[in-house]
Amino acid sequence: MKKTAKAIAETDDDSWFVSDAKIYPMATKGLFRNIKWAILFITLGLYYFLPFIRWDRGEGFPNQAVLIDFERARGYFFFIEIWPQEVYYLTGLLVIAAVALFLMNAVAGRLWCGYLCPQTVWTDLFLKIENWVEGDRRKRIALDKQPWTLNKISRKAVKHFLWLMVAWWTGGAWVLYFHDAPTLVVDLLTFTAPIGAYVWIGILTFTTYSLAGFMREQVCTYMCPWPRIQAALTDEYALNVTYRYDRGEPRMHLKEAQKKQADGEKAGDCIDCNQCVHVCPTGVDIRDGLQLGCIQCGLCIDACDNVMMKIGKPKGLIGYDTDMNIERRERGEKPIYRFIRPRTIVYVLIIGLISGLMLYKLTNRDLSNLTVVHDRNPLYVNLRGGAVRNGYTLRLYNRYKQPQEFILSIKGMPEGSQLKVVGEKTGTSNDIPVVVDPDTTREIRALVFSPKGSKMPESHDMQFVLHDPKAGTEVVIGDFFRAKGN
Amino acid sequence: MADHNKEVDQITGVETTGHEWDGLKELNNPLPKWWLYIFYGCIVWAIGYWVLMPSWPLVSDYTKGVLGSSQRAEATAEFQAAQAERAKMGEKLMQASLQEIEDTPELLEFAMAQGKIAFGDNCAPCHGTSATGALGYPNLQDDAWIWGGSLDDINYTISYGIRSGNDDERYAEMSAFGRDEILSKEEIVNVSSYVAKIAGIDPDPKADLDAGAVLFEENCAACHGEDAKGLRDAGGPDLTAPNYLYKRSLEGIEAQVTSPKHGVMPAWIDRLGETTVKSLAVYVHSLGGGE
Repeated sequence: MKKTAKAIAETDDDSWFVSDAKIYPMATKGLFRNIKWAILFITLGLYYFLPFIRWDRGEGFPNQAVLIDFERARGYFFFIEIWPQEVYYLTGLLVIAAVALFLMNAVAGRLWCGYLCPQTVWTDLFLKIENWVEGDRRKRIALDKQPWTLNKISRKAVKHFLWLMVAWWTGGAWVLYFHDAPTLVVDLLTFTAPIGAYVWIGILTFTTYSLAGFMREQVCTYMCPWPRIQAALTDEYALNVTYRYDRGEPRMHLKEAQKKQADGEKAGDCIDCNQCVHVCPTGVDIRDGLQLGCIQCGLCIDACDNVMMKIGKPKGLIGYDTDMNIERRERGEKPIYRFIRPRTIVYVLIIGLISGLMLYKLTNRDLSNLTVVHDRNPLYVNLRGGAVRNGYTLRLYNRYKQPQEFILSIKGMPEGSQLKVVGEKTGTSNDIPVVVDPDTTREIRALVFSPKGSKMPESHDMQFVLHDPKAGTEVVIGDFFRAKGN
Repeated sequence: MADHNKEVDQITGVETTGHEWDGLKELNNPLPKWWLYIFYGCIVWAIGYWVLMPSWPLVSDYTKGVLGSSQRAEATAEFQAAQAERAKMGEKLMQASLQEIEDTPELLEFAMAQGKIAFGDNCAPCHGTSATGALGYPNLQDDAWIWGGSLDDINYTISYGIRSGNDDERYAEMSAFGRDEILSKEEIVNVSSYVAKIAGIDPDPKADLDAGAVLFEENCAACHGEDAKGLRDAGGPDLTAPNYLYKRSLEGIEAQVTSPKHGVMPAWIDRLGETTVKSLAVYVHSLGGGE
């Protein structure tokens, strides 16, 4: 709210629009800055280099550990192979991701926004480059006010060049997840890659460059819905980056405070040095309390701690805390920190349940499978001599890396019933061998005949059995056999 | 707006727009400028788009755009590419015998897919989308075949038709025993009841079945066979089958004996070509009634 009011002051009377004041975040050092560097290196390192990790899947199959293969319609993640009909695993993953966000929020507020969000991570990287080329906050402000000297032009040019290189690499890494990475890199360099690859690299270069270079905190305040949602998910026990006003107020300059303390009057620890505001990547004042613009990256904690050390006061004037605890301290009560509470327990249970279920399903998948669809029309056909025929469309799944012969048979039909598969030899028995190519499915048409003269009921439960001789397993799919009835 | 009195909302500390509706005032929380620039950018984009791409309708035409992009041309090109791709498989179908097609999974899959679509386009109007036929149009799902249900028989019937006028057509015509006064009314009742009895339908109680049997022997057996199970070569249908081409009742039999109806199956070979007809034959055969 304060920011908006400030922005109004800078608006022309006639305009419904404002130019947001450019923010020049100052570099800082400390615990949270180090945590953020570590996360940046890990996440970007994973993103940029993961496509190059190899994973042997045998002859004729891609050996890229993480690959979304649109041509073959397969998703690969190390030992996991996802077929198009199993995209529901992705749904599970999204549910886990959502609940993990809720959990982060319940434990310590906007952990996602401050440390993990791609917007934050890339903006951090771009700020580091800017800082390195143009200097820290004050130098950058001065540089922007300067006329266009050679120094200014060259610094700006170098900065934008480096930004574009990072952005281009970001787009480049993205497309590597969809093709064999080493091959695609060569193709891209020799201009023989598919046009789509260049288009995607172009799009992502543009978005990275504009979002991390120029839009920055505006993405968080104007574009992102998460700040609005997360406000509804917090509770009084959730830790947030908090200015401990019980300790800080009344704020005043150091000399003033020393004078007042000498006189025996109350003076807060906050010396109003504005370091917390200067380091803030979104330009908010944490001393105004929990607010939409604050992504809770913890950099103001580092900045304030550094100042407190210099003036010989204890650290933690700004820290992860709750408003409730500040009020308790003001009343002279002990602060309460509760990480284990119904909300967090339920979130952890949901995450555990879904990941457990998915892991179980993934590791216990049969290498063969079968689906059955009964003909919709006609449901049954009366044949000469009183026999009845039903038609079915069957899909056989072969997850083996080799062609596989399965044995198809029926169960639950009266003696003398017959199974036929179009295009396959019918022997004397009802066990019909069907060969399916490696790593694919095959659709076949199966016909079931009730014995001549048998009086079949209107609907009769029966089963198709797919025997996998290699694994020694059987898949039994229940269906029905229809007839006119008696 | 420059003239209005700047009023600041007490609770939020935000300036109002100066507009008031029944006591409600609107806060002026301005949008960032870049929203505006994106809007201007869209306008510039639109103008560029008008120049480059087909966009404005004219009286009998439209502006083509500098790039000459045409979705119709793209669709045609894609269609031709798909046809060329299909032609490769079509070539294989041409080479293979019908039995080979059915025994080779790759060819079978293609023929089934092509046959299913060709059936829906050409055959379904008479035989039904599920090939179950209708009164006067044969059911292709069951195992009662007038002209044979083997792959070759089906292929021949589709190719040259029945009573189609093609030189190689299948042809059979039943005498109009009533209309042409070959049999008397009473004789027709007798022979119809005899056929009904064989087919498992209640005969006319007044009919003389023995006389009917003799009449059948003399007039019908030549085409329908002595056991009434039909003769393929003569095109005489199996009268004991559970499904009839026309009404399967005593009245239906009497009507057909008196003044028979004859349906026509067109010859498709010239219209669809050999590969499509082959695919159709495989598809119809695979429905389940094939022999």
